Amino acid sequence: MPDDRDQILSRVRGALSQLPKRAAMPDYDGAVELARSRARPIDPVAEFAERLKAVNGEFVAGPAELAASLRGHGWTTGYCEPEVWPSLAPHFDGSFAVSTEFRRERLDDYQFGITRAVGAIAETGTIILSDGASGRRLASLAPWAHVSVIPRARLYLDIPQAIAALGSDPNSIWVTGPSKTADVEGILIEGVHGPGAEIALLLG
Amino acid sequence: MKTQPIDAFAEGMTAEMRAAVHEGSKIGHEKRTKLLFDHYANPNRLRQLAGEIKQHVVENLDTYLPALESRLVANGVRVHWASTAESACEAVHGILKARGARRLVKAKTMVSEEIELEKYLSDRGIESLETDLGEFIVQLDHDRPSHIIKPIMHKNRRQIADLFERHGLGPYDDEPAVITQRARQFLRHKYLEADACVTGANFMVAETGRMVIVTNEGNSRFCLAGTPCHIALVGIEKIVPADRDLGLFLNLLARSGTAQQLTVYNEFILGPRGAGQPDGPEEVHVVFVDNGRSDVLASECRDILRCIRCGACLNVCPVYRQASGHAYRGPYSGPVGAVLSPLMLGERFAEKADLPKASSLCGACNEVCPVDIPIPDLLLRLRDKAFALGIRSPGTPPMGAWAVLASHPVAWRAAMAGGAILNYLPTKLVPVRALRAWESSRDLPEWRGGAFRSWFKRHAKAPASGPNDHG
Ligand code: SF4
Repeated sequence: MPDDRDQILSRVRGALSQLPKRAAMPDYDGAVELARSRARPIDPVAEFAERLKAVNGEFVAGPAELAASLRGHGWTTGYCEPEVWPSLAPHFDGSFAVSTEFRRERLDDYQFGITRAVGAIAETGTIILSDGASGRRLASLAPWAHVSVIPRARLYLDIPQAIAALGSDPNSIWVTGPSKTADVEGILIEGVHGPGAEIALLLG
Repeated sequence: MKTQPIDAFAEGMTAEMRAAVHEGSKIGHEKRTKLLFDHYANPNRLRQLAGEIKQHVVENLDTYLPALESRLVANGVRVHWASTAESACEAVHGILKARGARRLVKAKTMVSEEIELEKYLSDRGIESLETDLGEFIVQLDHDRPSHIIKPIMHKNRRQIADLFERHGLGPYDDEPAVITQRARQFLRHKYLEADACVTGANFMVAETGRMVIVTNEGNSRFCLAGTPCHIALVGIEKIVPADRDLGLFLNLLARSGTAQQLTVYNEFILGPRGAGQPDGPEEVHVVFVDNGRSDVLASECRDILRCIRCGACLNVCPVYRQASGHAYRGPYSGPVGAVLSPLMLGERFAEKADLPKASSLCGACNEVCPVDIPIPDLLLRLRDKAFALGIRSPGTPPMGAWAVLASHPVAWRAAMAGGAILNYLPTKLVPVRALRAWESSRDLPEWRGGAFRSWFKRHAKAPASGPNDHG
C-alpha cells in the first residue's frame, strides 16, 4: 500500500514538525549500565548452572549423567541431532530408542530432543539456539524434554556479551528454562507449547 | 462491546480470598523489588535511560521508520504500511490470499485485537486460531482479554474446565496442569496444519532490522517453527535504535512485566529461515500499523508511545483492579489504556474521554513504568483536553462509582483518611487469582498518602498543560 506509506510518513513528519527540539539519543555504555553489581568473582559455569536451576532447568555435568537423568525421568525415546550423536551414543545403552532423523509427523513420539546450542548466558541460565547451528526448530521445541549441547567456549557472561554475539543468523532464540504460563488463576504451569524440561550439557 | 460491571468482581470473595490477596500482593511487591534492586546498583537509572531512548525514537520516527524499512527489505522481509485498522486487515488478507492460505495461527498480538483481524478474516473464509493459552480460552468463549499480558485474569479454573468440556477438549477437570496439557495437545497440531502465522513484535531494531518477539509459553516460537509464512503486525512506535539497546529493554520488560530476570523465549528474527533449515517461514512480512498512532504523536501525550506493553502499570493501578480490563472497552486497559485508547480514536476522542478521569493519580503507574512515562501528567492533560472540548460528565457507567470517587478530590481524600483506602478497597475487590501468580509484580503501591496529597494539591491548583510540567 504505497499510499498508506506516504500518508503515514507525512502524518508523522507533520506531528513532529511542531516540536521545537527533538529528544537526543542518550549517551550511554550498554555494557556498563547493565553490569550487575557482583559481590564475588564469577565462575561462569557455576553461575550458569545455578541460574539454570533457578528457572527450573537442569544442568548435567556430562553425557553419562545426561543418559542417567533421562532414564530416571522415564524418557527413553527421542531424537538426537546427527552431529552430536557420536559423542553421546557410547553413554546411551539399549534401553534407549534414539533416532537421528526427525519426522514432523511423528512429533508426539519423541519424549526428548537433543540439539546443539550456539551458546549460553551465565547470568540468566539461558541457552541460545540459531538456525545455522542448532538443527531444526521443531526438534528443540516439540518434545517434552529438550537437551542442548553447548560448546563451553561460547558461554557468555551476561546479556550485553550475548547481544554483541547475535551475528547475522536469520533466526536466533534465547531460551531461559521450560516453557511456562500462569494464565490459569496465576498458577505456574510448565510445558505449555514448548518443552516442560530444559536440560543443558556443556561440552568441549 | 462487552463491559464488566464493576461489582461483579466483588461477588464471591471470601475472607480467605481477601487474606490471600493481601499476602499475595505483598509477596509480589517484595519479589519485584528484590529482582530490580538486588541486581543493579541503580535500577531507576535504567528506567530513565530506557525512557530517554524511547522518547528519542518517538520524536525521530520520521527518520527511524524509513531507515528500518530499508534494513528489513535488505534482509529479505517484505514491508507493508497500513494507516488504518481496515487497511491493516486488508494487507494481511492480501498476503494470505496470494498464498491461498485458509488457516492461520496467531501468537498474541495486541495490534490484531486493535484492528479486529479475526472477524475481518473469518468474514472472508479464513480461520484464525489464538495460541496463547489465555487468548485461546478467550477465543473459545467469545470473550475479550482483560489484561494486556494476562488475558484471562477475569476467569477462574471452573469456568475454563466447563468451557473445555463444552468444546470437546476433554471431560471436566479444573486442574490447571490438565487444562494446560489439553491446550498443548490440541494446539500443537494446529501449528503444523496452518498456512501462515500472525504475531506482534516487541521490538524492531532500526540498525539491523532485527525483530524481537518475547513470550513465556513458546507459542510464537511454535508459529515460527510450524508455518511457512510469518506476518508481523507492528505498531509504528516499536523501534529501538540499535542491537545493544535490546539488553536494556529485554531486562526491563521481563522484570517489570512478570518479575522474571528474562522472559523464557526471546526470539531474534532477521528474515526468512536460513539455508538448510527445514522449519519456519520462507516468507516474512512486516505490516507497519498507524491506526491513530500518528494522532497520538501529534498530541501533547506522545510520551505514551514509549510504552513497551509490560503490564506493570495495570498491576499496581487501584482503578484497574477495581474496574477490570473490560471497563476500558478496548485492547489497552489500565493507566496506559486510559491515555492511549481515547487518543487513538482521533476525532472520536469523546467516546473514551471518561477513561482519563477514572484515575486516582496516585502516581504508582509512573513509579513502576520501565520507560518512566509520566502517566499521571498525561492523564491530567487529557482531562484538560476533555474539558476544553466541552465533554462534561465524568465516567459514569462503565467506569462507575470508582471513577466518580477518583475524579473528585474531596471525596477521594475523605475516603483515604487514615491512609486506609488502598489497604481495603482494592484488596477487597481484586480478583484473588490475579495476585497469586509466580510472575506477579502486582504490588500494591506502598502507601504514600502524604506524598499524594501534596502532589495533588500542586496539580489540582495548576493542572498540567504544557510539556514541561513534570510534577
Ligand atoms: S505504560 Fe509503562 S508500565 Fe504501563 S504497560 Fe506501558 S511500559 Fe508498562
